[in-house]
Amino acid sequence: MSFHIAFLLLSVSLIVPSPSAQDEVADSVAVSDSALVVAAPPTSVIASEHEYDDGEALDLSWVPSIDDQLVGGLVIAYRVYRSTNGGELEMIEELIPGANQFTSGELSSDSSYSYVVAAVTTSGEFASNATAPLSPETEWLNYEKKWLFLIGLLIAGAVMYFIETARKGKKLFVRKIAGLEAIDDAVGRATEMGRSILFIPGIQDMDDVQTLAGLTILGRIAGTIAEYDTKLFMPVSRSLVMTAARETIKASFQTAGRPDKYSDDMVSYVTDEQFGYVAHVDGIMVREKPATVFLLGAFFAESLILAETGNSIGAIQIAGTARPAQLPFFIAACDFTLIGEELFAASAYLSNEPRALGSLKGQDVGKALAMIVIVIGVLAATIASAWQVESMQSIVDTLNSVFSTN
Amino acid sequence: MEHFAIWVAAFLTMGIISFLYKDNAWYKLSEAIFVGISAGYWFVTLFWDNIYGKFWVGRGDDAMLYIGAFLGLLMLMRLVPKVGWISRWPLAFIVGATAGFYLINYFSSNVMRQVEDTIMPLLGTDYSATTYDMIGNIVIAVGTFSGLVYFFFSKEHKGVFGGTAKVGIFFLMITFGASFGYTVMSRMSLLIGRLDFLFGDWLGMIK
Repeated sequence: MSFHIAFLLLSVSLIVPSPSAQDEVADSVAVSDSALVVAAPPTSVIASEHEYDDGEALDLSWVPSIDDQLVGGLVIAYRVYRSTNGGELEMIEELIPGANQFTSGELSSDSSYSYVVAAVTTSGEFASNATAPLSPETEWLNYEKKWLFLIGLLIAGAVMYFIETARKGKKLFVRKIAGLEAIDDAVGRATEMGRSILFIPGIQDMDDVQTLAGLTILGRIAGTIAEYDTKLFMPVSRSLVMTAARETIKASFQTAGRPDKYSDDMVSYVTDEQFGYVAHVDGIMVREKPATVFLLGAFFAESLILAETGNSIGAIQIAGTARPAQLPFFIAACDFTLIGEELFAASAYLSNEPRALGSLKGQDVGKALAMIVIVIGVLAATIASAWQVESMQSIVDTLNSVFSTN
Repeated sequence: MEHFAIWVAAFLTMGIISFLYKDNAWYKLSEAIFVGISAGYWFVTLFWDNIYGKFWVGRGDDAMLYIGAFLGLLMLMRLVPKVGWISRWPLAFIVGATAGFYLINYFSSNVMRQVEDTIMPLLGTDYSATTYDMIGNIVIAVGTFSGLVYFFFSKEHKGVFGGTAKVGIFFLMITFGASFGYTVMSRMSLLIGRLDFLFGDWLGMIK
């Protein structure tokens, strides 16, 4: 009932111009026979289900007012009104002339919604009929992302195939990664010099894959450290990383047959605060003077501060991160740097785990696919652009639709 | 009180900066205060925001909070040596859940979107394309392809493949060089901010 009253009020407002509009009408009497600017309302207003969402949106479309013209048009805007569960109309959006669709978001699938679209002129609003009440529905599958799913499935299948292959004992080839050979040398150097090794796993938590890759490499380094009986210390800025690092080192020392040499004191929590952590690690560096510093994980503004301090004490530094903005600093200040995906490849290479190696090989299948598509796509686009070959353009369109993420 | 806070902040700022000369007692004091206060601050924040604010106050609103609290309790199991291994479960949950959560986003933006945006004509998108547009397209296509070759780990970098990988690392180094300069400039703003505090808020030399 209240919805009908609200709709009636809106309709009345179409006839009675606003005070400002009335003033404009008075001013324009001299140049116009009829100062009231009357426009036809939008027609065929349809509310429909918004495809592939989780029940939070409805699509609205309409045929614009016939008085909505580029030249001499009377419509200055469209206003979209919404009624929830038969309640009062409320304006939710104002659109520019020429608009003929709108997506109404932030809805609930438990409510029903009805819409009115009004053409706005200088004299008032001219509203359409209200749409039938409609509730948004949740869709479980988003078919717009079918190619994302299929290509993901292909790469996941390749990963599983290579993991299974590695488990059966077949040797999977992974090329040498510069810097990995230096790890054992760096640990050996610290042992010969009778100095310690500092491992910095970045400042992110266990939900960052770079931290995981860093800890995987730590497992291998800790094994060598256990064999050489070198001193390791590892200040961390996240409590979960401390727990995981202790588990990792402990397992490596047990595997190396030196569980008695393991101590929880090797890993210590400092603070979650970024620069508080940096201040502490810098202090440790200049006081302990480690022979080797590993910086493997996710780093931010602290990367250059840490790497420069390590450089100033003459330590061998091996760094690795997947953050592009920090890589230049590591390349400038460290002896070896694992660039981007090399960090993840290194963890697979060093661990020699079937799962890690299989993942790496499976990802290479994805890269090979990307390279092939790029070559075909670029050639087709170039030929289509230079010689207007339609068949080539259709190849480009197909590839774009497959890899489109919109 | 405000003046006292400014003097403390200036004292600690100078203490941290004194590290540029060498490690000293003033730096050690500033470092210890920084670490201690920030660790305590984080503990208090996490306790009142999460344990008290979300779980205790809002416990009736969201049943998922009980799952989080349960996983948190499992983490504490490591304090009991006999059942310490249980603390690995929440860790496994965090690692697995976040890996799955980010998989789609990363795959969509780093793979699908990258390939889509690289498919472009080397001679420009239309007849109005300038020489700069064409060079830009060539740089994107060649840089992306050779970069992919560099990060391909299943084949040794030899012959034509190795040459293409070298082109890839060449592109990477140019990118890093540009990024280095850009980031250094942004770091300068941090320094300027501190100097502004010292000479403005503290010494009053900048009005």
